[in-house]
Parts: sequence; structure tokens; C-alpha cells
Amino acid sequence: MQRVQRPLSPYWIYRWEITMWLSSLHRITGLLLSLGAVALAVWLIALATGPESFDAASRVYGSAWFKPLLMGWTFCFFFHLANGVRHLAWDAGYGFDPKRIRSSGWTVVVVTLVATAAFSYAAII
Amino acid sequence: MSLMTPLNRVLGLGQAKGAAEHWWVQRMTAVALLPLGLWLAYELLTMPGFDYSSVVAWVREPVTSILLILLVVAAGYHSALGVQVVVEDYVTGKGLRAATLMASTLAHVALTIAAVFAVLRIAFGS
Repeated sequence: MQRVQRPLSPYWIYRWEITMWLSSLHRITGLLLSLGAVALAVWLIALATGPESFDAASRVYGSAWFKPLLMGWTFCFFFHLANGVRHLAWDAGYGFDPKRIRSSGWTVVVVTLVATAAFSYAAII
Repeated sequence: MSLMTPLNRVLGLGQAKGAAEHWWVQRMTAVALLPLGLWLAYELLTMPGFDYSSVVAWVREPVTSILLILLVVAAGYHSALGVQVVVEDYVTGKGLRAATLMASTLAHVALTIAAVFAVLRIAFGS
């Protein structure tokens, strides 16, 4: 079948803006959080199985190479949560004008970085 | 001849399928996950220790058990809906897409039920 060659979606031809970055990041962090939820489920199942399996899980979750993963999930969690509030506000009809949509985006960036740094410092490092 | 009205025959078909319900449940679970997620972050932050007996004692507290189950169910549902949208966007081919969607849904249901069972077992176990 002959397909017309034309751009499919804005990311191909438009200048990238904060709104587009955050939109992509929302989806990426959401997918990574699905993997984080698997880690949480495994942790709970190991705990229910008994002390030996929980200690085995703890050795993995507490190891040095796992720390970057925990910090990554912390970042994903705070970003997806803060940007999710932004999405819910849009669904309710607020914050759509270009000025507000950019300022709320930068607010999400700042909140995410501060919360990720604080939580990582207090609980992971 | 069919006894169904023309409207009834097309409801749930077409590209949108159950889109309105999908959209609504995605938002509802998102709203539930806001306080539940912040609660879990706070609990992990203030946990006395991550050894077996401390964590078991924490999960056994009734408030913890209930909120953990709510969190696991809301997160499992929210994740299943989110992954579904991603699969529908990027996985092409009718068969492969159906298989991926089925695998994702089954994995989500299985892990959610396993995690809920784990919490209940700790809460009611000796």
C-alpha cells in the first residue's frame, strides 16, 4: 500500500520545549515505576515467605549497586507524582495557557529535584 | 434479524472501545495514589530499621496493612492501564499487540494478588 510521506507527530519537526520533554518523561517514568512496583511486590512476597528469603532480598536491595536504582525510582516517583498533579489540573480545565503550562512545568522540575535529593540523602545514601 | 438496537451493537467496539472508563479509572487511581504514595515515602523515611522483625512489625500494624493493600491495588490497576496505553501506541500488528496486552494484564493481576496475599499473610500470620 502506498503511504503518503508526511510528518506523523510534532516531535519530528517542532522545536523541543519543556512541555514536550516533560510529557515524554511522564510516560518513561511511569514505565520505570511499573518495574519499581514489581520490586515492591517482590519485597513484600519475600517478607511473607520468611526470614531467609527476606534476608536474601535485603542483600540485593541493600547492596551498593542497587542504590542507583533506588535513587532512580525515587526520581521517577516524585516526577510522576508532581507532573501527575499537573495532568489532573489540566483534566479539570486549569493551567492550559502557554505561560501557565511552562511555569507549572518548571515547578515540577524544581519540586522533583528537591524531593529526590532530600529523600535520597535521608533514606538511601 | 437482531433484537439489539443499532446503538447497542456498536457500543464498546471501534477504536475507542472502553476509552471513557479507562480514562476515568486512570484518574481515580491517580488521585488515590497521591496520598498513598506520599504515605509510603514517609513510612520508609521514618522506618526504625529494615531488618526482618522491624519490617514485619510495621506491616502487621492494622493501618499499615490496610494502606499497603490499597496502595498495591491502586498501583497495580494504574500501572496496568498505563502500560496498556503504551503497548497500544507502540506495538503494531494485531496478534502481537493482543498477546502483549494479555501478557501485561496477566502479569499485573498476578503480581497484585500475590502482593495483597503477602500483606494479608504477614498481618494474620503467627
